[in-house]
Amino acid sequence: MGHTITEKILLKHTKLKEIHPHEFISAKVDICLGNDITAPLAIEEFEKMGAKKVFDNKRVVLVPDHFTPAKDMQSANQCKMLAQFSKKYDIKNYFEIGKMGVEHALLPEVGLVLPGDLVVGADSHTCTYGALGAFSTGVGSTDLAAAMITGECWFKVPESMKFVFKGKLGKWVGGKDLILHTIGKIGVDGALYKAMEFCGDTIENLPIDDRLTMCNMAIEAGGKSGIIAPDKTTLRYVKAIKDKRRAGNGKFYESDDDAVYSSVTEFDAKKIEPLVACPNLPSNVKKASELKDVSLDQVVIGSCTNGRMSDMRIAAKILKGKKVKSNVRLIVIPATQKVYLECVEEGLAKIFIEAGGVFSTPTCGPCLGGHMGILAEGEKAIATTNRNFVGRMGHPNSGVYLSNPAVAAASAVKGRIAHPEEVI
Amino acid sequence: MAYKGKVHKFGADINTDEIIPARYLNTIDKAELAKHCMEDADKHFASKVKHGDIIVAGKNFGCGSSREHAPVSIKAVGVSCVIAESFARIFFRNCINIGLPIIESKEASERIKAGDIVSVDTAGGIIKDLTTKESFKIEKYPAFMQKIISAGGLMAHIGKK
Repeated sequence: MGHTITEKILLKHTKLKEIHPHEFISAKVDICLGNDITAPLAIEEFEKMGAKKVFDNKRVVLVPDHFTPAKDMQSANQCKMLAQFSKKYDIKNYFEIGKMGVEHALLPEVGLVLPGDLVVGADSHTCTYGALGAFSTGVGSTDLAAAMITGECWFKVPESMKFVFKGKLGKWVGGKDLILHTIGKIGVDGALYKAMEFCGDTIENLPIDDRLTMCNMAIEAGGKSGIIAPDKTTLRYVKAIKDKRRAGNGKFYESDDDAVYSSVTEFDAKKIEPLVACPNLPSNVKKASELKDVSLDQVVIGSCTNGRMSDMRIAAKILKGKKVKSNVRLIVIPATQKVYLECVEEGLAKIFIEAGGVFSTPTCGPCLGGHMGILAEGEKAIATTNRNFVGRMGHPNSGVYLSNPAVAAASAVKGRIAHPEEVI
Repeated sequence: MAYKGKVHKFGADINTDEIIPARYLNTIDKAELAKHCMEDADKHFASKVKHGDIIVAGKNFGCGSSREHAPVSIKAVGVSCVIAESFARIFFRNCINIGLPIIESKEASERIKAGDIVSVDTAGGIIKDLTTKESFKIEKYPAFMQKIISAGGLMAHIGKK
């Protein structure tokens, strides 16, 4: 009986001879990650435990990205905890404001996550790195504290669900639409406790940015992880990273032909149109073209889901020479300093500002209703983010629609949900 | 362990943004987090819940963000245990790690009503609805998790090792 890529990576991080789904294991982590919301609880547990050092000061990553640059005094205190902890334990991968970015865009960009890795992060969207062929999953603060001390984490070996995408993608359709389509079909707990493996010729032809978007939202289907077998595209991406913080190009695993899956689902990717998840669940998915009567107060383009350079370019392509509809707020947030700088150098920042949008320093900010674009009672926003739960971006009676950057940019111009073709 | 309390009922897919909204995540003070427990699912929950009360919910309880502040706030507000049809996985492991008792039971989740008085006996493996006189069996946790639970949480467990 063969094994899935997920089982192979997990096995390699244990001392065991074999592992099977549903078994409990303790495994070594290559990277453990925390942010300004989750790390303070972990640091408190770490100190309470009386730990003297972290297991490896190059493999603990701390990124203050959620309420930063600090939105208030309490947030500033939490950031200070990260900075002081990093100084005290000589954490090599602490990213201060000015160097930081939205964590799940930042780590792949600086080469901190490589194919074949086992990564845990005290942030649910840690599943993003599966796009590089790593096993990567969100955990809690206590897990992070334990991992920082022992370099290990406990897991139940997940069953895998296989999703095969076939065919060429239509215009204005990207990784966001593929994952929204998937979540719409299986529901917000359709992959509960399971690894979601994405494959097929559509995925083989998909750029890394889109793969990151897909794996990022595995958690919105309840998944433990999302994963895509690393290939030539992955190798090219990893090799091209400048000033890589880890040596080598990682280890490339793939699922055996006779690997066992709990389910196999095939999707005809040709038929997938630009999609939108309506309030208040990421599974409440409809075609963008069917939502033209939804008027908007705000548009957010950014986040760990769609705040990368290719997302910025798509948004700019739509917004070039156009104006954001009056009384609509467009907030563009490149996910990292590198993306920010490239936006400036390529003239994208100018396009966003001339269109009437704001162009912000990297932050998770509005995605989780933190700061930089909170919604008032009754307001509606379309965002390239990942969640649209009750009150996610602000008032409990506000609504969030999730889409790809092309739909979001077109909607900013129209002041209502729009298909990109309406604007171009 | 045995718990007894009045039931507060919630539906399916209650996410951690509803359990503890992000606007309160600028603190790790447990008493402060308790004040806002379940606020976006039931605005008055924190003021009406009594020590020992029990949450009963539908499927996928605790989905969304990994924030451990969610189970921390439930524990800090005095809830003795959470029964749900199913739990989202990060929330589930956070509860095991911090020692908030959680029980998966589809039957109990469906049958128990808001306001019922319920007793839970984890050692005996039984939930009793004292209002309706119905009882429900509890599946035992796998041995690996029992070790963490009986140690009093993950940190105590690794401390022992």
